[in-house]
Amino acid sequence: MATQGMGVQGWTYLLVGITFAIYIGIAIWSRVGSTAGFYVAGRGVPAIANGMATGADWMSAASFLSMAGLIAFMGYSGTIYLMGWTGGYVLLALLLAPYLRKYGKFTTSEFVGDRYYSNAARLVAAFCTIFVSFTYIAGQMRGVGLVFSRFLEVEINTGVLIGTAIVFVYATLGGMKGITYTQVAQYCVLIVAYMVPAIAISSKMTGVPIPQLGFGAALAEGQSAGVFLLEVLDQLHRDLGLPEYTAAFVPGKKSMIDVFCITLALMVGTAGLPHVLIRFFTVKNARAARWSALWALLFIGLLYTTAPAVAAFARVNLIQTLHERPYAEVPPWFESWETTGLLGFDDKNGDGLIQMSGDAGTNELTVDRDIMVLANPEIAELPAWVVGLVAAGGLAAALSTAAGLLLVIASAISHDIGKSILLPDMSAKRELWMARVAAGVAVLVAYYFGVNPPGFVAQVVAFAFGLAASSFFPILVLGVFSRRTTKEGAIAGMLGGILFTGGYISYFRLINPTATSDAWLFGISPEGIGAIGMLINFALAVTVSRFTDPPPEEVQDLVSEIRLPRSSGDEEVHVH
Amino acid sequence: MSEAPRDEREQQSAYWRANLKVMSLLLSIWFIASFVLGILLVEPLNRAKLGGFPLGFWFAHQGSIYVFVVLILIYVVWMDRLDKRFGVD
Repeated sequence: MATQGMGVQGWTYLLVGITFAIYIGIAIWSRVGSTAGFYVAGRGVPAIANGMATGADWMSAASFLSMAGLIAFMGYSGTIYLMGWTGGYVLLALLLAPYLRKYGKFTTSEFVGDRYYSNAARLVAAFCTIFVSFTYIAGQMRGVGLVFSRFLEVEINTGVLIGTAIVFVYATLGGMKGITYTQVAQYCVLIVAYMVPAIAISSKMTGVPIPQLGFGAALAEGQSAGVFLLEVLDQLHRDLGLPEYTAAFVPGKKSMIDVFCITLALMVGTAGLPHVLIRFFTVKNARAARWSALWALLFIGLLYTTAPAVAAFARVNLIQTLHERPYAEVPPWFESWETTGLLGFDDKNGDGLIQMSGDAGTNELTVDRDIMVLANPEIAELPAWVVGLVAAGGLAAALSTAAGLLLVIASAISHDIGKSILLPDMSAKRELWMARVAAGVAVLVAYYFGVNPPGFVAQVVAFAFGLAASSFFPILVLGVFSRRTTKEGAIAGMLGGILFTGGYISYFRLINPTATSDAWLFGISPEGIGAIGMLINFALAVTVSRFTDPPPEEVQDLVSEIRLPRSSGDEEVHVH
Repeated sequence: MSEAPRDEREQQSAYWRANLKVMSLLLSIWFIASFVLGILLVEPLNRAKLGGFPLGFWFAHQGSIYVFVVLILIYVVWMDRLDKRFGVD
């Protein structure tokens, strides 16, 4: 059989090769020659395509590779990612997307600058955009390296180089248009790659082909056949001395206030992330922006409702396959992952058996959370082509997000800083040229981070959401919903939110990383503090606005104007 | 807009009030489905079962996301109608 002959590596080369060829093909087909084309894909993206592109843009290497693994280890508390990374789309659809589209220029920072009649505000927004996006990119490049090193057995650095080269081609050539249509293709690849193994595992373990229902069903095989999967899982956890999988706020898990604050910070942060917001600038009008938020969440929700099922299946499988098994008899995938250093066995009691335990002193198996999705098809003994498909899906997720981030970095540099502040007389042709160079340089910086991952990346990821939540979200919402919010109010709010959130995260992550949870303010972890930073921003912006002069007439007119969907429809794109 | 005739301005603020009403209603449901049922009340709800799922756990890992999608669907359909009714589309 060809299937057997090709093996995991052959299938991975084939599927990754085909998908990369598609991405390059799309890049050549969608070359752009105007700034509107480069920044916002000429504003001609259909709502459903934008929904898919937003899905791929949003679902990063972290969503695809790490999330199910994290949930498998966290159980109930994994809801911070499930609700936190989906609930923000309700806020986006209702509070921001249609209005930012109606505003109708190129970047979110530009809106901040115009609405708050201040270049300083625009500059702060542009720098936050660049910082948040680079923080994020480092993670994507690590994801690319991980997939390459495990499945294609090339050096991590070579893997990052290939990934960078692909992104370089379609981001500098096609700009937003190239990125959008490759993201549509990448969404299709990643969702198929996620669903196929999930459906196969669900059918195998429970006899129910829909994973969302399967993980609430009874096991179909093994000694626990007929018992609900989640009950089996809770029992396995009790046996190992771990807190029950479905239990909420028991010792060893996050507290209620922390789950509440992290979920809120992630939701609000999602709605304030520049690379997500910019996607809504690419559709035809405000109505299409609303519809594309719906499509986006539908496409994202498909993966996000599957992830907790994958997590529960993987957790049961992992424990049942490995616990009390002699090390000499481990399956082949165990060894391949062991050589990457992401799976480790330490025979502490010297009996030659693998023992898992909630007690770190006797636990003998360490599993890196990032490998659960990649290893899952092999653990479940699915055919080699499924494993290759998952590798291609992981690359699609990482590359699509990286490209979206590169574009917002490029537009922040060339449009918000270059065109508006440094070189206001620059021609459109030069601005486009500058945007391409900025995208190219940003790709190279991303490559550098991928090859030399800074040790602090994991520590500063909380910054991305914390900053988006505490800087952008409140002033964008107030910018639409409160005519009275002034320049002074917005700047005070942004600075207050950033300083408080940034200070809190820096203190616990960089300055005093050994501080325990006892030192947390109200028991809120650095991941969740953006929720409080957001409230501070709102409070400052509203209070300071009350005591300062109202915004000029034309700004108030701008607010009235963006509240109405009319006349944004079918607007011709101005070629600057 | 300052130069808009009076009727039109009233029409526009009526549209905006209607929008705010829809929005507040939907955001309340958003808050209840996620923060109340999935977090604040998760422990008491977990005593009930939905098939093999403890109910609170189901809201936290599944139900809230379905509610989010339905909320946006209601919003876009409702707003399409509002746009037509107030002639702002």
